[in-house]
Amino acid sequence: MNIDKRLVRKDSLEKLFDILKRNSKTIYAPFTKNGKSTFRDTESFGAISTGYIQTTESAKDIAFPRTEKLLDFSKSKEGMSVKGTDLNDIPDVILWGVRPCDASGIGELSSIFNWDYKDEIYINRLSKVTVFGFSCSKSDEYCFCTSVGGNPGNTAGSDILFTLLGEEGDYLAEIITEKGLAVVDLAQNLFEKTDISGKEKFLAELPVKFSHEDIRLKLDKFFESKEWIEQSLRCLGCGACAYVCPTCACFDIQDEAHGKKGSRVRCWDSCGFSHFTVHTSGYNPRNVQSARWRQRIMHKFSYMPERLSVYGCTGCGRCSRACPVDMNILEHLISIQEVTV
Amino acid sequence: MVDLIKRAKELLESSAVKVVIGYEQGTGNKTRALFVEKTEDADKLIFDSRCIQNLAAYVTKKEVKEKGKMAIAATLPVMRSIIQLASEFQVNDNNLLVLGITPESNLIEFANLVEVETFVHQYQIEIDARNKEMLDKLAKMTSAERWKFWVDELAPCFKCYACRAACPMCYCSRCTVDFNQPQWIPVPSTELGNLEWHIMRAMHLTGRCIDCDACYNACPLSIPINLLTKRMLVDAKEHFGNYQPSLKGDNLMSTYKPDDKENFIQ
Amino acid sequence: MAEFEPKIVAFVCNWCTYAGADLTGTSRIKYASNVRIIRFPCTGRIDYMLLLKAFDEGADGIIVSGCHPNDCHYTSGNFHARRRWIMFRSLCDFTGIDTERIKFSWVSAAEGAKWAEIVNTTVASIRELGPYTDYKKVAKYPEKEVIHG
Repeated sequence: MNIDKRLVRKDSLEKLFDILKRNSKTIYAPFTKNGKSTFRDTESFGAISTGYIQTTESAKDIAFPRTEKLLDFSKSKEGMSVKGTDLNDIPDVILWGVRPCDASGIGELSSIFNWDYKDEIYINRLSKVTVFGFSCSKSDEYCFCTSVGGNPGNTAGSDILFTLLGEEGDYLAEIITEKGLAVVDLAQNLFEKTDISGKEKFLAELPVKFSHEDIRLKLDKFFESKEWIEQSLRCLGCGACAYVCPTCACFDIQDEAHGKKGSRVRCWDSCGFSHFTVHTSGYNPRNVQSARWRQRIMHKFSYMPERLSVYGCTGCGRCSRACPVDMNILEHLISIQEVTV
Repeated sequence: MVDLIKRAKELLESSAVKVVIGYEQGTGNKTRALFVEKTEDADKLIFDSRCIQNLAAYVTKKEVKEKGKMAIAATLPVMRSIIQLASEFQVNDNNLLVLGITPESNLIEFANLVEVETFVHQYQIEIDARNKEMLDKLAKMTSAERWKFWVDELAPCFKCYACRAACPMCYCSRCTVDFNQPQWIPVPSTELGNLEWHIMRAMHLTGRCIDCDACYNACPLSIPINLLTKRMLVDAKEHFGNYQPSLKGDNLMSTYKPDDKENFIQ
Repeated sequence: MAEFEPKIVAFVCNWCTYAGADLTGTSRIKYASNVRIIRFPCTGRIDYMLLLKAFDEGADGIIVSGCHPNDCHYTSGNFHARRRWIMFRSLCDFTGIDTERIKFSWVSAAEGAKWAEIVNTTVASIRELGPYTDYKKVAKYPEKEVIHG
């Protein structure tokens, strides 16, 4: 559909929030605790964090929760009984305040969950989500969306994209999808007709710092490089980077059993952990941190483009911000580009 | 830190050590660990008040240890960690040289770990005022309020285990959480599982934690998990007397006194 | 509604308390049947995680018991255990786990009557405290918290 442009006044956002609540929508919005922001089920407009460059956690939790029950099982005299997740229980959700790099990450995550196997739960969850993107008017030294094909006003992944129009606080709303249109239908009078065009001057400026195409080509011959060892020497092997990443999709499946009943649960996992690849025999094909770090970069910039035709990185910079030992992905990618093979 | 750079170069040139672990300028306003193996890289070494990462976490890291004898730029918490690690036979004089940095930011060199221990013992482990206040506040709460506090604080934990990775004392090649027979701690992030993990972490660090705050500083969600180990430190002092990592002592929880006092066993 | 019957799990050592509990039975002393006894080689072997697991699996109260100091079959197992209990109990207190629900005791092989009393008083006090719903609520599969501003 054609992108429809509307004007949303500064004080209309709260009214929109209230209207959506009255229409019994669940709203996930950034909420800050201990100075770190994550997307949480929010009942109050006032509780929503604003002014952030990027939330600490990505919004992927909405379709790919950190912990998700896949099925319940129980054992009795009659045998095993198994009850799968009721896909009808998944609520309609508005994802509020997502940055464009996060919104576009949904596409990359979806390509993984729709690859050889169509993941029903993920697909159903996502089908219930309406994404309210908010363009970036600021960036920091960790941002690099423009280097991986995105931009601070990228509409990809958003159903409605709001762009702050300068200091007055009004927003340009771009209605991108049918889902977005359905929201506008609930609050017609808040979305005023406008002839504003050109949101670019209100967006953050972010020069391109490397070429992801070049990185991909470089990586083809980079597997044995010593660079991985150099880069990863200070890496402590935690999962912070993977868990805040909007596109990291690795998971583990666990049976949480209590007596004769239990649940099968899917939970996040990280290729940075030393036990991620341990075989039952005890053999570990990635037995050093450099091999694990290489996997992280190769997966995002070589394997995913090759197999899924998308890059596994949106340039949000979360991993660099979250890393306790300053493993800065931007810095490392630039040095990969510069090193001669 | 001109002295440190000079000394690092001497050590590397004379092959006294193979690698010097210190700090360098990171990205943004961060500092980070630097592993100097070539003399010319020593010029990157820095030291200032931002250098708070506990570098002792690296002396047990396989990839670093394999390089050969290490020298480490060690602030007071790092030196304490090293003494604790030495008492647990993780490092010794043959594989580690300590380039101490005094609380006044002066370089002080030690011939051996015994000298490091003597130096460290001049200073008591003190809980800082802000955290002390927090501990007092929690102590005044009712049990139910504390329960709510911790369930709420730990619920966001997504189990990235950055706290474990950043802690010099968490060097086990296989952590309890990595076992599944028996499965002590659920692998997924759940409210109770998170609580169990952090209780277990605090118990395993009781009598070993030297209060460096590395766990808290590493937490991407800034969960105040260091309060747990701090409280253990305070209680350990109260019950078993002043506590300092020591080369000869077994740690607090692997020893006992026949007259240890308690008031709850019937 | 039927009266609340507390579920109590007792972690006891093989040499003293388990034998003591045996004596309680052979002496025909009647005591509350709410307790499920789990026998360990020594109190030094009772991991504190087991206590948390007991609550996790639905226990309302816990008894931990072994040989009196200086009576340990392995000389020092109970001394080690005592230190651990001191620290664990204070950590439980700090995290808001109800320490009233965890009873620690020394019961020797000759103290059949004491065992009965420990169980009876524990059952009575847990009966008064009611089911450990706070813990059970958290142990349930997580439901996400809603932010109300």
